[in-house]
Amino acid sequence: MKNKLRLTIEPFTNGIAKNNATFRLMLGTCPTLAVTTAAMNGLTMGLATTFVLLCSNFIISLLRNVIPGKVRIPAYILIIATFVTVVDMVMNKFLPELHETLGLFIPLIVVNCIIMARAESFASHNAPLPSVMDGLGVGLGFTLALTLIGLVREFLGAGAFFGIEIPVVADFAMTIFIMPAGAFLVYGFLLVLFNVAVNAFQKKKVAEAQGGQAK
Amino acid sequence: MSYAFYLIISGIFINNFVLSQFLGICPFLGVSKKTETALGMGIAVIFVMGVASVVTYALNLLLVAANIQYLQTIVFILVIASLIQLLEIVLKKFAPSLYSALGVYLPLITTNCAVLGVAIMNVTSLANQTIFYAFLNGIASGAGFTVAIMILAGIREKMETSDIPEAFKGFPITLITASIMAMSFAAFGSLSF
Repeated sequence: MKNKLRLTIEPFTNGIAKNNATFRLMLGTCPTLAVTTAAMNGLTMGLATTFVLLCSNFIISLLRNVIPGKVRIPAYILIIATFVTVVDMVMNKFLPELHETLGLFIPLIVVNCIIMARAESFASHNAPLPSVMDGLGVGLGFTLALTLIGLVREFLGAGAFFGIEIPVVADFAMTIFIMPAGAFLVYGFLLVLFNVAVNAFQKKKVAEAQGGQAK
Repeated sequence: MSYAFYLIISGIFINNFVLSQFLGICPFLGVSKKTETALGMGIAVIFVMGVASVVTYALNLLLVAANIQYLQTIVFILVIASLIQLLEIVLKKFAPSLYSALGVYLPLITTNCAVLGVAIMNVTSLANQTIFYAFLNGIASGAGFTVAIMILAGIREKMETSDIPEAFKGFPITLITASIMAMSFAAFGSLSF
């Protein structure tokens, strides 16, 4: 029973931290850079991707024994494209402003390599429940990363927090951070910080292991 | 004629696909270690984007005629995926030398969002919509991608020998390089027609 629970939870936590799409695997870089001009845009894009990932993982996992190996890629693309169209239509109807801002990048969720990668490496040989958890975990990891990049860029570039202007900071806003160059820069430096943190963590672990041996 | 000229300059410099529109970032970062492979990838992208622009533009006319534009995303991505497969087979049969040069890059292009991006742009935001301009837009955008990836590959080759702090190695320094490239390309934005 405990083992079964672990198998369900693990894909979820792995997706958020250990296999974080943005900071560990460098997948889905196009939307990561393009839509993160503000935290809200990043959050919406992340949630839209999570929805598609969740649904496509579920369906692909259900059909994993039905789809012949040779035509699996076109079959996956078709399934993913269907859910992307759903998201596109729903957002167009209920969130027209955000739909306008994200524009081209909503249909482009189809070619987001995260979704294809999860379909190919996880959903195609796992049961529906773990696949859904995996989709949810990876999707939320992506959402967190996009929101974080969006927060930093919005703070530095427009002096705002989720669209609310911060009085003093706004006077010192550097527009370059909401321009394309800023996207590359912020993503690059966040990766550096992430690497430093991971390296420090690993060093500590190694030191602990060695310390344990010395005893 | 002046519109054709505008499309070319705009595709390569002003609205550079990679550095100002963020399309095709994955291959831009992934296949830019050497100038040779970057050039191969670039040429393959120009080729596929040109052909895909024409085919998807023509297909969209059918979709509009049948009033089923909502199928656009699904139709376009399937057509692009099969088109690339077809190109691979045709090249293998009729132009083996070209195939051996571009072959390895073709499957990678399916997930290059630049191709689907240009196909959608051609039917939504292109000002003068004819099949010729769609083709030109595809070629010019592909050329913009090639220019960007070639520059990055050239810089990365030089960086191999430089002393980079541990945490910056690999992706971070590449992203920061791309950022400086994007700053310089942003200057083209002040060009107006």
